[in-house]
Amino acid sequence: MSHGHELETSGRLYGLMAEFDSPSTLVDATHQAYERGHRKMDAYAPFPIEELAEALGAHHSRLPLLVLIGGFVGCFAGFGLQYWVNVIEYPLNIAGRPFNSWPMFIPVTFEMTILFAALTAVFGMFALCGLPTPYHPVFNNPRFSAASKDRYFLCIEAEDGEFDRSETRDFLASLGPTEVTEVDH
Amino acid sequence: MNAITANEFAPPAAISGPRSKALIFGLLGLAATGAGFAMDHHHFFQAYLIAYVTWITVALGCLGLMMLHHLSGGAWGLMVRRQLEAAAGTLPLLAVLFIPIALGMDSLYHWTDTVAVAADPILTNKSGYLNRDFFLVRTVLYFVIWCFLAWRLRSLSAQQDATGDPRLFKQLQGWSAVGFLLLALTMTFASVDWVMSLDPHWFSSLYGLWFFTGAGLSGLAFTILVANWSAGHEPMSKVLVRSHFHDYGKLLFAFTMLWAYLAFSQMLLIWSGNLPEEITFYLPRMRGVWTVASVFLLLGHFILPFLILLSASLKQRRNRLMQVAAWLMVMRWFDYYWNVVPTLQAHHGEFHPFQGVWIDIAAVVGLGGVWLWFFWGNLAKRPMLPINDPFLAETLGYD
Repeated sequence: MSHGHELETSGRLYGLMAEFDSPSTLVDATHQAYERGHRKMDAYAPFPIEELAEALGAHHSRLPLLVLIGGFVGCFAGFGLQYWVNVIEYPLNIAGRPFNSWPMFIPVTFEMTILFAALTAVFGMFALCGLPTPYHPVFNNPRFSAASKDRYFLCIEAEDGEFDRSETRDFLASLGPTEVTEVDH
Repeated sequence: MNAITANEFAPPAAISGPRSKALIFGLLGLAATGAGFAMDHHHFFQAYLIAYVTWITVALGCLGLMMLHHLSGGAWGLMVRRQLEAAAGTLPLLAVLFIPIALGMDSLYHWTDTVAVAADPILTNKSGYLNRDFFLVRTVLYFVIWCFLAWRLRSLSAQQDATGDPRLFKQLQGWSAVGFLLLALTMTFASVDWVMSLDPHWFSSLYGLWFFTGAGLSGLAFTILVANWSAGHEPMSKVLVRSHFHDYGKLLFAFTMLWAYLAFSQMLLIWSGNLPEEITFYLPRMRGVWTVASVFLLLGHFILPFLILLSASLKQRRNRLMQVAAWLMVMRWFDYYWNVVPTLQAHHGEFHPFQGVWIDIAAVVGLGGVWLWFFWGNLAKRPMLPINDPFLAETLGYD
């Protein structure tokens, strides 16, 4: 099965991957690739590097907006549910307080706001990252498992507008990598 | 990092600008407040109390934040430590400025009326605590503790500037640990004495925390305003950067939420208990024109700043953050106004919100002007950074 899979996909290039041995060379390389006009690329490191997201130009995520919307939905759903139950569907006189006893509704409203915002953050992050991804071509590079240990990788994808098999290879080789590999689909 | 020298961080000469402006506003405001005294004694004392609490909570908030920073560390606090120290150093002035409140006790505090107390069994039982002499003794004690803490921490910090002795760092931490505990206790009692006892029948165990958190918020908002000014002048313009303001913005956001959390918790507990002796606080504030004031407090003190401060980029832009902080300073005054005025009006049998509010505004401007004049004077005496702090060099590389 796996053998057939390889035969089917071999030759379709996913991208070119450069391997680095320090975080600073990776950040430098990513900066230069960005300046050269590469956009469809990603960098991989064993730990979060703040400058890396900046170098990739990946600072404008839609996630904060989604979380805000999730929070508002939770807020209105929480308050609305209690209002509907206590004022419209099943009004009860509790110690002479008004049916819309809103201070009592706030704790649940608050918790629902947090719950919806948090769930939106988690699942929104999955969705925006395209997770779960059971198969990803970068793992076709046998050395890539070192990305979770002590190596740093930059992969420029073949779909990138500025991509050219030999030119991009030369460019990556000029950035001081320990190795440049072709990654197939 | 090269050695950081006191000369390099000498206070800017431009401090005299805001300082003299503060004095002018202060004198004009006090003159207007004096006119208010001639017209209406009761209203003068009300206005003075609100203005006084507004400004002393800024000073106490700064003292608290300073101790919090000594205990926890962090770049945010080093950059503004001199401001916090200068604000805490105004406490002796505030002790003197308490005199009008002591003189106006009869007008402000119902429990000073011996005839009314004798006729009321609840107040009679409370008179062991709520009486003139003990009230004044307690107030003197608060000021002794506060002035001592401010003086001790400022003088240790001055020694650190002069000698750079590394042991001073531990001493500052030790005094802060003791001091923070003392501050929390004394401020709780002060809130009960000065504000909560305006209605001697009413009580709320959350009041001290509300007061303490409000002071933290006041102190922080004030710190942001002064930091924004510093960042526009040499030498601090070189070192106070975006990331510091981002930190102040995050802290401001947290304090705004904490204030709302405590103010609302008090309301929720009283609302769900619905006991006659407790609900008296909220009933007048949920009726007539005071409803508008209450909604305004909720919107202006919490919802609006909360929504604005959600934005990460706004917290990094000091000009925008400064506007939010200035607005919150106004809302801090309004929070005290909202806490004090309905109670006093109920005692004097009146009910007309915002009548003669100009006296309240004149008092807060007048007192604030004099206080700020003193504050800028303090700030001008020392280098703008704690030059020998063991963490300063690391902080200056922080961007």
